[in-house]
Amino acid sequence: MAEPPAEPPPPEAQAGPAAGRDRGPQEQPWPEEGPEQPPHEVFEPDEVHPRPQQPEPGRAARAYQGVGHASAQPRELRHSAYQPRAPGQEPYRAQDQRGGVCQPHAPGRAPSQSRSPEQYLCQPHGREQAPYEPQISEIADRQRYTLGQDSYRAQEPRQSAYESYAPGLDPYQTHAPRSAYETYALQEEPYQAYEPGHGPYQPHEPGYGLYQLGYSLYEDQIPDPNPRLLAIQNAKAYLLKSSTASGLNLYDHLANMLTKILDEQPTNAVDIIENISKDVKWAQFHKKMDTLRDEHEILPTFEAAEKRKALFLKAHGEGDEELEDEIAETPLPNVMETAFYFEQAGIGLSKDETYHIFLALKQLISVQPIQTCRFWGKILGLEMNYIIAEVQYHDRAEEEEAEEEEDNEEGGKGMGEDKEGDEDEEKEDDEPPQSTYKPPPVIPKEDNGTGTNKYIYFVCNEPGKPWVKLPPVTPAQIVCARKIKKFFTGRLDAPVVSFPPFPGNEANYLRAQIARISAGTQIGPIGFYQFGEEEGDEEEEGGGGRDTYEENPDFQPLSVVEMVDSLSMWVHHTQNILKQGRCVWLNPFQKSEEEEEGEEEEKAEETDEVHQEIGPPLLTPVSEDEGIQNVPAWTAQYSTNLVPQYAVAILQSNRWPGAYAFASGRRFDNIYLGWGHKYSPENHTPSLPPPVQTEYPSGPEITETNDPTVEEEQALKAAQEEALAAVEEEEEEEEEEDEDEEEDD
Amino acid sequence: MDAASLPAALDLVASGGAGLSPEKRAALGASLPLLQRDYRFERVWFWGRIQGLRGAYYIAEGLGPDRAAPRSRLYSLNCVEWSLLPPASEDTVAQAEKLKGRFQGDPSFEYELTEIKAEDAEKLIEDGQQPVIKEEARLVATIEQIDKAVGIIPRGSFVKTPLGSVHENRNFEGLSLTEAKKLSSYFHLTEPVNLKNKTLLEKADLDPSTDFLDSLEHDIPKGSWTVQLEKGGIVVVLRSLLWLGLTFYHVPMTKQYGYVYFGTGEKNLDLPFML
Repeated sequence: MAEPPAEPPPPEAQAGPAAGRDRGPQEQPWPEEGPEQPPHEVFEPDEVHPRPQQPEPGRAARAYQGVGHASAQPRELRHSAYQPRAPGQEPYRAQDQRGGVCQPHAPGRAPSQSRSPEQYLCQPHGREQAPYEPQISEIADRQRYTLGQDSYRAQEPRQSAYESYAPGLDPYQTHAPRSAYETYALQEEPYQAYEPGHGPYQPHEPGYGLYQLGYSLYEDQIPDPNPRLLAIQNAKAYLLKSSTASGLNLYDHLANMLTKILDEQPTNAVDIIENISKDVKWAQFHKKMDTLRDEHEILPTFEAAEKRKALFLKAHGEGDEELEDEIAETPLPNVMETAFYFEQAGIGLSKDETYHIFLALKQLISVQPIQTCRFWGKILGLEMNYIIAEVQYHDRAEEEEAEEEEDNEEGGKGMGEDKEGDEDEEKEDDEPPQSTYKPPPVIPKEDNGTGTNKYIYFVCNEPGKPWVKLPPVTPAQIVCARKIKKFFTGRLDAPVVSFPPFPGNEANYLRAQIARISAGTQIGPIGFYQFGEEEGDEEEEGGGGRDTYEENPDFQPLSVVEMVDSLSMWVHHTQNILKQGRCVWLNPFQKSEEEEEGEEEEKAEETDEVHQEIGPPLLTPVSEDEGIQNVPAWTAQYSTNLVPQYAVAILQSNRWPGAYAFASGRRFDNIYLGWGHKYSPENHTPSLPPPVQTEYPSGPEITETNDPTVEEEQALKAAQEEALAAVEEEEEEEEEEDEDEEEDD
Repeated sequence: MDAASLPAALDLVASGGAGLSPEKRAALGASLPLLQRDYRFERVWFWGRIQGLRGAYYIAEGLGPDRAAPRSRLYSLNCVEWSLLPPASEDTVAQAEKLKGRFQGDPSFEYELTEIKAEDAEKLIEDGQQPVIKEEARLVATIEQIDKAVGIIPRGSFVKTPLGSVHENRNFEGLSLTEAKKLSSYFHLTEPVNLKNKTLLEKADLDPSTDFLDSLEHDIPKGSWTVQLEKGGIVVVLRSLLWLGLTFYHVPMTKQYGYVYFGTGEKNLDLPFML
C-alpha cells in the first residue's frame, strides 16, 4: 500500500494548480511561487481553501469549520473512505517535513501580512491532538461545514461570553479565530461523550497530518481538500490552545515572531530564534503594563551633573581686573600638569576627574584664606571616597583660627567642669571610694602650623560637593591609628569601631592616617629645600631637629638617571612622627609652672626614666628608610624605558601602597591614591586587651581571721585585766611576780 | 576587560588611581591583537598587572569558543613580548597560598618553601625537584586564585546554551541602574559552588540559561565588595576588598563591563578586622 515517500503524490500536484485557480487574488498574494518550486506547489492546497462556496476564506472562517467538525463528526465516523489507508501515512512524513521547511522561504510575501504565518503551520506537532474524528468523508465534511457554520452562529452569544473570560489579553488576540477556537474547545466535551473509547488523536490515524491527502488509490481523481483542511484545523486548533500559565497561545506567538523577523530581517535568524521569541514575549508583557506607569526616575546622574556644572560657572560679578589678579598670583596648584607627569607612569585618576578636582580646588581657594594649596590625593572608602586637599592658611587667618579653636576647647572644658561640680555637690554625703588610678598624662597636640598639624586638610567626597575641614590631629589619635586597621566608609561622622578604641570618629582617623602617610611618603629631590639660616639655634629646644625649611634658590636639577639610581637623592620634607605621636618630642611629665609644685617633686624620679625619643631629622635621605622585612621602602623606576631622554623618575612607596612621587627637572610632587593603610606582610593582629588587674593587695588588714573561741576571749580579757592591774599596782612588785607565776601555769 | 575596548574601559576604572601609562596602552593596543592572531583566541582580555618590587607583570587572557572553559594566560614584562603561562595545578595553588610577601618582578626568582614538611621535601628532591617554587608558578597560582575568587560578570551577560557551553549573550542590554547596585546581579565567572546548595524554592526562580553561576551576595565575609556609582553616576564600580586592586566596572544599560586587577598580588587577609 505504501508508496515511496520521496515521490510527491500526483493528486496533490494536480490539486495545486486547481487551488491556485480557485484562489481569489485578495486571498493569496504569492501565486507565482508555484511553478518554480515544485515542492511548494505540492503543498499549496494546504495553504488555501479552494472551495468557492466559502464566502470569507480568512482565518476566521476556517476556524469556524473546526467548530463544525467537532459537533458533527461522530455520526459520520464509520463511513469514511479513507479509513483503510491509515497505515500508509508514515512514508509521507519526510514530505511533510519538507513542506514545513520550504514554506517560510516563500518569496514575495509581504512581511507585515498578518495571515501569512498561518500558512506555515500545516504540521500538527502536538502530542495532544484534539480528539477529532479520524475518519472523514467528503460529504460528511461538507455537511459538517454548513452545520458548523450554523452551530457557530447559534453560539455567537456564548462566544462573546468566552471572550470576556480573557480580558487581559491583547486586543488583537480577541478577534474571531480566537473566540472560535474557544467555542470549539467547548464543543469538545459533547463529542467526547459520544466517543468515550477514543483516546487522544494518534499520529497513525488519518486526518492527523496533511500528507494523507496525497495518498490516494484513485490517483486520477482530484482529491477533495477537505481532509487536508481538517488537518489544518486540527493543527491550528492545537496551536491556538492558550497556555494556562501565561494566557498566550503558540499560534499568535509564532505569528508575531515571524512578523518581527520579516520586519527586521536579521542576519542568521535561525541562530537567534530563541532570542526573538523571548523578545516577542517581553514586548507583550510590556504592553500589558502600560496602565501602570513607572514613576519618573530621577537618575543620580543628573544630580551629579548639576553639581559638576556649578564648578564650571564663574562666580558672579567677576571682572577683568580680577582675572588679572588671578593670573598674577594664586595658590592654586597646576593639578593637570602634575597629573600629566604621574600619568607617564600610569598613576592617577582619569582626566576629567582630575579636572573636576582642579576646579574644586579653585573653588576652595576662593572661599578660604589659603596661602598654599596642594592636591594631596584620594583615599578610597566603602561607600564614598575622599578627595583630599592640603592647604596652609595665611598667617593672620591662622591665628584667628587658633583662637577660635582655643575658645571652643575652653568652652568645652568649662562645661565639663561645671558638670563635675554639680555631681560633686550631689554626692557629697555618699561618696564612693576614689580610684587611685591616675591616667597617663595626655600629650598635648601640636600647635597649628607645626609638626603633624603643619597643614590643614580639607576633604570632599566628590568634586563639587562642599569641602570639609578636618580637625587637627592629636598624638593619642596617631598612636591609636597605628594599632588599628579599618576601612574608611566615606562618611566623616561615622564611628570607628575598633580595639583599642579610637579616640574620635572617622574624621579624626582620616586625619591621623593623612598625617602618617604624609610623614612617611612626602619626599622630594635633595637640595631643593634647605634649612633657613636664622633658625640655627632652635635645635636645643626640640631635639627633633629644625622643623622649617625654605626653597633653595640655587637648586640644580638632578638628572633622572641619578634620581632613579640612588635613593639618597630623595629626601623627606615632612617631619617624622615619633612614637609619642608628635613630631617634636615633649616630656609628658614636665609640668608647667602654673601647676602645683608638690606633684612635680613626687614625679621627679619617674621623669628621669622617660627617654627622649629621637627620630630622623627633616630632610633625611629616603635611602635611610627602613623596609618592612625583605621589602625595601621604595621602588624607583623610569616612567619609560623606550624614550629615556624624556623619562620621569617615579618612586613608589612599598610601605604605603598607593603613595607615589615623581621628579623631573625642577618639578616634583607626591600623591597618594589608595585605601589609606600601611603595608603589613604579616597579618594584622589586633592588640589584646591588657591583663586583668589585681583586685587589691592582699595584706593582714583585709584578711579575714577566724573568730576567737571563748577560751581565747577569756584569756585575752584576763590578760587585759592583768595588764590594767599591773599599771595600777606598779609599786607592788611582789604581786606582779606572783601573777607572772600564775600565767606560766 | 576586553582588549578591544581597553582605552575606554581603563578610563572608567581609573578612579582607583591605578592605570596604564600611555606607552603601555599603546603597546597593548599593538600586541594584544597579534596575540589573538597567533594563539587563535576568539577573544583576548587584558587581565591586569601584578606589581612586583623590581618590575611588574602584565597579564592577558585568551578565550576560546566556550567562555567558561579554562582560559589561556599570558604574561609580559613590557606589554610587547608575551609568554604563555602553564595551567595552574592544585598543588601549585596550594603551595603558592603559603607564600607571603610581595612579588619580586623576576619570573625565575625562587621562593623557598619554608613551611614544607621534611618528608615532602625529601619526596621532591627524589623526584629531582628542589623544595622551591618559582615566581612564575606563584604568578599562575595567584591569577587562578583571583579569577576564582573575584572574577565577576553581570547577570545575563553570559548564557549557557543547551549544549553546556557558555557564550556571551548577544541580547544582553546591561543591568538597570537599580539592579546594578545590587550584589545579587553579579556572578562569579567560575565553577559554581553555592548553586547546588540552594533550596528548591530558591532554585525555582532561577533561569537555567543565565543563572548558572554563583552570585556575589553570599560572598564570605559579608561586605567584601564595595559598590559605588562613579563619574557622576554613569558607571557602577565594584571593588573587591579581599583582593585589593580588583576593580569591576559596568555602565548600566550598556554592554560595557569588565574587570581588571592592578595590585600587588596579595590577598587581604586582614579583611575581617577592617570592616
